[in-house]
Amino acid sequence: MDGFLLLAFLFLIAGVIAVPIASRLGLGSVLGYLIAGIVISPILNLLHVDVVSIQHFAEFGVVMMLFLVGLELEPRMLWTMRDKLLGLGGLQVGITAALIMAIAMALGQPWTIALAVGMVFSLSSTAIVLQTLNEKGLMKSDGGQSSFSVLLFQDIAVIPMLAFLPLLALPELQEMAAAAHGAADDGHGSISLVDRLNGWQRALVTVGAIAFVVIAGSYLTRPIFRFIAVARLRELFTATALLLVIAIALLMVVVGLSPALGTFLAGVVLANSEYRHELESNIDPFKGLLLGVFFITVGAAIEFELLFNNLGEIVGLTLGLMALKAIVLYGLSRVFRIEGAHRWLFTLSLAQAGEFGFVLLSFSVASSVIAPELAERLLLVVALSMLLTPVLFIVYEKWIVRRFAVSQEREPDEIDEEGKVIVAGHGRFGGIVNRILLSAGFKTVVLDYQSEQLERLRAYGVKVFFGDAMRPDLLHAAGIEEARMLVIAIDDKESATELVHYVTENYPHVYIVARAMDRHHVYELWSAGCRDIIRETFDSSVRAGRSALEALGVHPYDAERQVRGFVINDGKQMFDLASSYDPDIPAHENEEYVRRTREYLDRYADAMKGNSAAFATRLDRGWVPPTAEDVEAETSKAADDD
Amino acid sequence: MAKLIVYYAHPGHKYSHVNCKMSRAALEVDGVTYVDLYADYPRFDINVDVEQQRLLDHDVILFQFPMFWYSTPSILKEWQDIVLEHGFAYGAGGDNLAGKTMILAITAAGPEDAYSAGGYQHYPIRDFLRPLEQTANLCEMRFAPPYVLYSALKAPKVGEVEPHVEGYRDLLKSIRDDRYDFNAGGVNDVFGYATLPIRKES
Repeated sequence: MDGFLLLAFLFLIAGVIAVPIASRLGLGSVLGYLIAGIVISPILNLLHVDVVSIQHFAEFGVVMMLFLVGLELEPRMLWTMRDKLLGLGGLQVGITAALIMAIAMALGQPWTIALAVGMVFSLSSTAIVLQTLNEKGLMKSDGGQSSFSVLLFQDIAVIPMLAFLPLLALPELQEMAAAAHGAADDGHGSISLVDRLNGWQRALVTVGAIAFVVIAGSYLTRPIFRFIAVARLRELFTATALLLVIAIALLMVVVGLSPALGTFLAGVVLANSEYRHELESNIDPFKGLLLGVFFITVGAAIEFELLFNNLGEIVGLTLGLMALKAIVLYGLSRVFRIEGAHRWLFTLSLAQAGEFGFVLLSFSVASSVIAPELAERLLLVVALSMLLTPVLFIVYEKWIVRRFAVSQEREPDEIDEEGKVIVAGHGRFGGIVNRILLSAGFKTVVLDYQSEQLERLRAYGVKVFFGDAMRPDLLHAAGIEEARMLVIAIDDKESATELVHYVTENYPHVYIVARAMDRHHVYELWSAGCRDIIRETFDSSVRAGRSALEALGVHPYDAERQVRGFVINDGKQMFDLASSYDPDIPAHENEEYVRRTREYLDRYADAMKGNSAAFATRLDRGWVPPTAEDVEAETSKAADDD
Repeated sequence: MAKLIVYYAHPGHKYSHVNCKMSRAALEVDGVTYVDLYADYPRFDINVDVEQQRLLDHDVILFQFPMFWYSTPSILKEWQDIVLEHGFAYGAGGDNLAGKTMILAITAAGPEDAYSAGGYQHYPIRDFLRPLEQTANLCEMRFAPPYVLYSALKAPKVGEVEPHVEGYRDLLKSIRDDRYDFNAGGVNDVFGYATLPIRKES
């Protein structure tokens, strides 16, 4: 227990100190974690901590990340990117592996080792690249999407690679391993079900497992989540979400598939579900922490002794590898017409080896494909190239974006419909706002936490997500960072005000339209920072007033102008009073506020008695005919002119 | 430096091929006030005080609009009806606009030869613009010959849009820099991008 606490403390403090510093210096969180790992590695050594096993554990963060990536990708989107996925990804892995194999053979390695090394190095780091792309908001760009396609293909390609590697086993290494391990099983300690099955049975189990994930994801999750939503316990949701991911991962391991692939698939299946954002916000912190631990272990696993003893060789190999990968990527980007700055993003972001390289390397050693001494050096190359990745992103940001920013001047589009609108609350009010936005072609994300209501709306094809907009993590999952606007139509007054507060403070770029329940709520929302406040019943009251005037015989156009005048005056007054309102002082104790309110009340009273023109507005101007004197003056002037 | 305000009125802004580009060009010229009337007053409740102040603050008033039924789009008429008040723009004490200049930048769907006694529009285009001209006269403003694009609907096909928009940009800049000759042309003339009376020096 003490050991665990100490370890947790070490990892956390290293991360908490290093990451903010790295972020502030513009290096990104990944480099921060890596540096943290390097810094604490002597202490870990001193404590005899098994960094590699922690790393294996933390790799689960990658699995979670792919689940989250899947959640963002609807099946339709996946289908539209199939060309890039297979073409770009397949060619990248194939060409890179072949070239590396050729070079390794030229350096005197037997073809089996050369091929294994080629496969290890052809992969890039999903963890670093996706994390960084997301952090920098580059994920949706052309370059980001292409990088993602390649990473996804690589993650899938790991599975056949793992199956293929044992076939490359070297007899002499096998003998050595057998001697070392004695009669022990392969060091994998697997719980695999499929080991004893033959080919077609294996295939059947695999297909069955995937079908199970797809079908269960489509039909089982909804009733389960509905069941849990009724309990209204947050941690229960978190537990269920975790359970879901872990269960799928476990299933995949049991049938010998990649857990990352399985959870990715589950994510895609659930991408259309109303619980998507809820799942996202629950899994996201775990993913973040585990990936953090993962990167720290990568930093900590760097064996500096070995590195410094072979500095030239390893640095040379790393740089050579990265250059080679970059050249292949650059070539592919030309073939696939990835243009401008995107081409460089694609080229630079994927030029490293990745965490699956570690997995494949340790598996290769275990399968007697590569000798441990060689594997250690290759491990260093992988780690070093990952360590250098953030530097490449910095190069991209500092040099390339700038260069292309100047040359890529384009005419701005007339109406920019990119960027979505988050509608919080889909009741009578939010529902109409949502319908109007949708019919105008804007993208909306609707959040509501009444699962019965969701059920009904879904039946009509309205896309609504389960979730409480008051929760920052859920807002984040719904995409508040890249949202253009937030429409607040939730029933609870205090919650609405609080939400305005939170969003204006943390996401000042988001425009807020808020519903106010009454006059005081307007002032609350105003002082919380909202500048577009719609009173719930104001417009309908105004319309009722106009109707009444018309029915009383007022000419419809006069009635219209009358109520317009009323609206303008009322708005002015509202603004005036809102500025003197202080949410910290009860209204009746706020002298300035009371004084102004009384002023307005007096003017109302006068107007009622017909003593003043309190309702006279700019709309009474115009069409007012000149007076008789005016006409007189005009005629005499005309006479003068003649 | 003349203070120039551009009033743009087009209810179908997003379907426009020429006026939208002209208005974007106007937005990009420094030192020119640009007002999109339909954007400022989507519900037609024109603020008389604001508009009169705008008029007081500028020397040259430019109206940019497509010809609709031989006249302006309706919001511009509403604007005239209530902003050009008696006592402000005309009549007793109404000399606030005296000495200022009014100029139009308009697009017309019909071809140039249609706007003549023998053409299907029967009258020269200046005749349809007489109400605005006389409005300027009554307000003691100078009315300069308008900047016109004929056959505006066919302009994109024949490559007339870009030169017209460029001409518009030059027009605005030259007015701003006092290089535009408002006195050029007679009461029946209009200018196109090739004939704008712009001087090199102010």
